[in-house]
Amino acid sequence: MDWYILIQQLINGLTLGSVYGLIAVGYTMVYGIIGMINFAHGDVYMVSAYLTAISIAVFTFFGISSIPFLLLCTVIITIAITSVYGWAIERVAYRPLRDSTRLAPLISAIGMSLVLQNYVQLAQGARNQGVPTLIDQVFRIGDGDAFVQITYLQIIIISVSVVSMILLTFLIHKSDLGRRCRATQQDRIMAGILGVNTDRIISITFVIGSAMAAIAGVLVTLYYGSFDFYVGFITGIKAFTAAVLGGIGSLPGAMLGGIILGLSESLFSSFVNTDYKDVFAFSLLVLILIFKPEGILGTPETEKV
Amino acid sequence: MTTPLLDINGISAFYGPIQALRTVSLHIDTGEIVAIIGANGAGKSTLLMSIFGHPRISGGEIRYNNVDISGTPTHRIAAMGLALVPEGRRVFPAMTVAENLLMGATPVNDRSGDADLDRVYQLFPLLKERRKQRAGTLSGGEQQMLAIGRGMMSRPTLLLLDEPSLGLAPIIVQRIFQTLRDIADSGVTICLVEQNANHALRLADRAYVLVNGDIKMTGSGSELLGNPDIRRAYLAGA
Repeated sequence: MDWYILIQQLINGLTLGSVYGLIAVGYTMVYGIIGMINFAHGDVYMVSAYLTAISIAVFTFFGISSIPFLLLCTVIITIAITSVYGWAIERVAYRPLRDSTRLAPLISAIGMSLVLQNYVQLAQGARNQGVPTLIDQVFRIGDGDAFVQITYLQIIIISVSVVSMILLTFLIHKSDLGRRCRATQQDRIMAGILGVNTDRIISITFVIGSAMAAIAGVLVTLYYGSFDFYVGFITGIKAFTAAVLGGIGSLPGAMLGGIILGLSESLFSSFVNTDYKDVFAFSLLVLILIFKPEGILGTPETEKV
Repeated sequence: MTTPLLDINGISAFYGPIQALRTVSLHIDTGEIVAIIGANGAGKSTLLMSIFGHPRISGGEIRYNNVDISGTPTHRIAAMGLALVPEGRRVFPAMTVAENLLMGATPVNDRSGDADLDRVYQLFPLLKERRKQRAGTLSGGEQQMLAIGRGMMSRPTLLLLDEPSLGLAPIIVQRIFQTLRDIADSGVTICLVEQNANHALRLADRAYVLVNGDIKMTGSGSELLGNPDIRRAYLAGA
């Protein structure tokens, strides 16, 4: 094994892992606050990939040629519209079922996922879609055959993810809004009695999760260049795995789980077998659920009194 | 006749098929300390929780300052001047003591700030020492102090307490009831629900006895303390 391949794979894994982490935030926050897995979250991410492509096309059509400005506009529009999707999904598919059995919103989530996939397929076509390569610069370290290359885009992905996570952590732990979110998560009825509008907090949770998924959607779409209406499924389940790995309900856990999953998937596909990388990721999920269901940073269910 | 601060008028409440309150009526006047005593399962906690809409009452009305609040969304009730110190304290375990107290200031839009924190720290100096500690690591008595302090953060007109003495050592219970007396003396109206009838009746101006979701008896604290039926049912061994 050559050192430069290892380093290259670590960089690739870190890039992938940051993206998983961003999406995992949506799973973990929603689970933390209402105790359900939002199976439509992966498809919210998929919608944001389409919005990215549409925004780039529209803004280019209107003559925005500066790439940083174009990307900024794209990110803002994608976050805004994706957040509206997240908000609307909670409102339509989950809130009416809030007080029914635990299984009902779960089934509703799977239904929502199918609705989104089919709606996008009808509206945008079943074919692969793509965006042009906007950033192709590369850092290259080393010479001859032994080199490591880091694309500008990889640097952007990792740094945007890190900054987003820091801002989110700050929001949750230092602001009044964040304190209310945590209170709602720990005891929803008591938070309500203390004057917290818990319905609004739940909506905000969906909006935050969707916004993070939208950031991931923009970054991944720029990175891979192509996508279809089905990308939300596999990426969603990977991000869900990351959330479980880190400890579902835990915000730093989501990021840690994302990075561990990204790194191990990248190393596995490079040193063992690329075709089985998804099998590897999901085997990991099964193993965590069997041996450490509370995840790395999660607290065991029994602690909840 | 002046209108009571809180006027509960013939309310019923259900948990699924089980009726927890059967047309309960009671009132609390401004400045009073009112105790509601009753055995486990008599409906005491349901009574307090139903004021906040958990569960929603299925008949009757709850008037606060002459406004019917029985349909008001839960999160708007605290801002009207009511605070609840619930059964089991329900502090936020993963938050620090200071953060728990700040949550209590939510009804006044977090405006209360340092002055109110200082007031609570004066009531319970221990909380100041522990302000950076997670609430989940506090002892039962400390959590009870925190829950009362959290309730006081919104400067309530009416403080409702659900079994503040539950599971606490006698010395702590004494200290907490002394603090409740101080809080009442500062002009806050208090309604407390208790199984520990002895302490509650000594503190209260008036009291109600709740049996199987129904008010069976009412009178001044000392009257009820002297009543042989009450002594037998609720003060055995006291």
